[in-house]
Amino acid sequence: MPTHTFVLNGQQVTVDVEDDVRLLWVLRDILGVTGPKYGCGLGVCQACTSHVNGKAFNPCCTPVGDLQATDQVTTIEGLPATVGQELHPMQQAWLDMDVPQCGYCQPGQIMAAVAKVLQARAAGQQLGDADFDQIRNICRCGTYHRIREAILSAQTKF
Amino acid sequence: MGDISGEQEPSGIGRRRFLGYVLAASTLTVAAQLGEGAAAPRAEAAVPGVPEPADLYDLNDMLTDATLATANLITITVNADGTASFALPRTEVGQGITTSTAMLIAEELDLPLDKVQVSLADARPELLFNQLTGGSNTTISTYTPVRVAAATAKQQLLEAAATELGVPLSALSALQGVITAPDGRSLSYAELAVKAASLTNLQVSVTLKPASAFSVIGTPQNRIDALDAVTGRKKFAMDVQVPNAMPAMICRPPTINGTVVSVQNQAVVAAMPGITDVAVVSTGVAVRGRTFGQCIDAVRALQVTWGPGSEDAATDATVLAELRAAENPLVTPPLPLLTAAVDARFTFHFASNSALESNCAVADVRSGSAEIWASVKAPITAQEEIAAKLGLPVGAVTVHVTQGGGSFGRKLFHDAALEAAEVSQAMGKPVRLMWHRTDDFRHGRAHPMSISRVRATYSLGQVLTLDQRHTSVATEFGHGLGEIITAEAAKLPVGGLTFSETIFSMTQQTPYNFGVTTQLLTEVDNGFHTGSMRNIYSPNVRCAQELIVDRLAAAMNQDPYHFRRGFLKDQRAIAVLDKVAQEGNWGRTMAPGTAQGIAIHPEYHGFVAILAEIDCTPATVNRQIPDAVTGPRVTKVVCAVDVGLAVNPKGLEAQMMGGIMDGIAVTLTSSLHLNGGYFQEGSWDNYFYTRQWNTPPELDIYVMPPTTGTPGGAGELAVAGSMAAVACAYGRATGTMPTTFPINHDAPLAFTPLPTVPPIPQSPTDGLSRAY
Repeated sequence: MPTHTFVLNGQQVTVDVEDDVRLLWVLRDILGVTGPKYGCGLGVCQACTSHVNGKAFNPCCTPVGDLQATDQVTTIEGLPATVGQELHPMQQAWLDMDVPQCGYCQPGQIMAAVAKVLQARAAGQQLGDADFDQIRNICRCGTYHRIREAILSAQTKF
Repeated sequence: MGDISGEQEPSGIGRRRFLGYVLAASTLTVAAQLGEGAAAPRAEAAVPGVPEPADLYDLNDMLTDATLATANLITITVNADGTASFALPRTEVGQGITTSTAMLIAEELDLPLDKVQVSLADARPELLFNQLTGGSNTTISTYTPVRVAAATAKQQLLEAAATELGVPLSALSALQGVITAPDGRSLSYAELAVKAASLTNLQVSVTLKPASAFSVIGTPQNRIDALDAVTGRKKFAMDVQVPNAMPAMICRPPTINGTVVSVQNQAVVAAMPGITDVAVVSTGVAVRGRTFGQCIDAVRALQVTWGPGSEDAATDATVLAELRAAENPLVTPPLPLLTAAVDARFTFHFASNSALESNCAVADVRSGSAEIWASVKAPITAQEEIAAKLGLPVGAVTVHVTQGGGSFGRKLFHDAALEAAEVSQAMGKPVRLMWHRTDDFRHGRAHPMSISRVRATYSLGQVLTLDQRHTSVATEFGHGLGEIITAEAAKLPVGGLTFSETIFSMTQQTPYNFGVTTQLLTEVDNGFHTGSMRNIYSPNVRCAQELIVDRLAAAMNQDPYHFRRGFLKDQRAIAVLDKVAQEGNWGRTMAPGTAQGIAIHPEYHGFVAILAEIDCTPATVNRQIPDAVTGPRVTKVVCAVDVGLAVNPKGLEAQMMGGIMDGIAVTLTSSLHLNGGYFQEGSWDNYFYTRQWNTPPELDIYVMPPTTGTPGGAGELAVAGSMAAVACAYGRATGTMPTTFPINHDAPLAFTPLPTVPPIPQSPTDGLSRAY
């Protein structure tokens, strides 16, 4: 069985699994990292959103064989360490606004929000309505309004 | 708990006393009976004219009274570290009941909120009716019992402290988990927990804090599980680690209720990478493997000959025709001359109550026992039905209730738990069974299609009659009231209709003085998997009514707000309506193609008013967002809510926010399209629930000060109100009253339907190239 090596939340990991198994299942079913959630397996709902080399991506649409040994995969579990804090400012904003209801989508929402802020910042902008229109993450509890408030309050804090 | 009100305290204050229990245990453990019905005030009709059944006795009263026979107890333990623990016999699916319950305990126990731990109880069959989470009933039915248990604990701690400190109990004060004597000496609950424990079971009498002394109840609090949620530590069913419980999925038929005739390549699929087992079960062909990804591959590779389903010839049009044929005629009594009428029929299409967490459960079935982990809102029914399916005694089946990733009605049923148990038994191994998203839309439960005919007559400034005939595909109530006796009764063909009619009459209210009011339900067709969706009938029934109210107002040359105000029965309804009209600047000048709508909704001893503003201008309607439905946009919502007493106003605001998003979705964008015996939708980019681009940029929610002093239901209240307000706003913006919901249902499909064979799509492989 092929082996695959990549960096997960700052630690190098190696797994034995077929090349085409999507990373979401490698994380959840083999490595026991359950922060990224399954919501569709189609790259639609964004519940599994994590980061690869600092960019948001969907592990459900990424064959593990596509990863290089140096690729840095960050899940919600590893997000605080990227800023050297116990909680990322985006997570703190989520707490301050009491965003979660059931909470199932929120790891993906937070990972998408961090990437969206960094993307806008790289373009020299703050988040506007057009950026929010690009956040496709489903929240079936309908917490969208508090999500917007949390992102706006955190975008200058990291 | 026993209410021994009528007894006077020695001080003569005369507050109601309740019975609590101190249980023999190594650390302080207290209890109260669950079941408040005897002490609960009944809803009184403040109504001139003939009250409707729901005005007098609604679904919530029935759920509360259903608990009366329960003799068993809920217990709170004060631990040696000074924390308190409580296993709530209800199901948390996002509605915030663990937080509000912790608040009740913190209040009566005088303990900081973060020292109260609330977990979810396993199925407890001895609780009979009293472990159903539904009908927005949790806080209503547990508000007093939980406080009685906590007050009992505090009383025992005070008595232990009095003994330890050698001072009279009445001289002691409890604050933030510490009991202090007049001389300043103090003992923490941690120091007292073991000393306060009892060697024998005791029955004690306690009083509850008056509302004037509340310092936690009624204050905005953040959720106790928020930190776990934002760090990914919150454990849902698929996150529970059970040894050897490997992923499992089902290959399902192309049409609803199709059956397996034969499998051509079972051995080939069983030999695929990672796959351990393939087994035919009652709902399809089950596969078990190392990863869900490999299970998806196996499901797609299976070659199965399928038998027909139950609705293979059905389309939206055939079901609609069936509903029309079954509709009962309106019977309007003889009316005076010059009486005029408004009359309309509304269609509400199938909708999906799919949560973001798809149907899932872990099952470990052994020869003489079974253990299940799942988020189920009727765990006793689940336990009983799983036991029956497996051929085991009920006591041999343990159902652990896990945190739920949303419900919206879906988790009243335990389809995945039953299936997981069957698969585990068939394979002789533990499984972690999960439904694919596409299956969750196509084979999961749907809110039934319905039509509602409404006719109102008016004359000389008065509304004389309101007649409503609601005709619906049957809503399944297979969960009953939470245990198998009523669950079975609800499944009987005759019993089902009676049960549905009973539920309908207990939930449907008209908040207006509209003379002779008649609302009747007719149900047809039992070939679909249905269920409630953040309410059973109200969003559709009340949306139809509120649109007719706007028509009546227009016909009688009155403003929609003032018209409603003039006819509302209840002062609490008027207060919330006034609040949104004032805060939302009702009647402000709006640009062409935009408008306000206003609506009211009463239910579960609560009232909500919603004012919505909508933009139906071409520039907005034609906004382009990839793989999305844009259309008219709700630009602002103002909500005022009175639930009698909001235990946690911040949590109540969250429930209103979510309900408003649901109301927007069912009015404007989200429905299932039935064709060829299956629903076309198979992904969140087919089923258009509210997304960021549909979210109102402005949202203001006002929680009214306490009115009744006791909490009403909150979880479902806002859906009907927002659906009605958005529909009314749309009608006023476009000049055409909408009669089909969602309004875009009859437009060409905004997506290409996924194939049905294989039943689920393969995951894309372009994740890295789409990173941002």
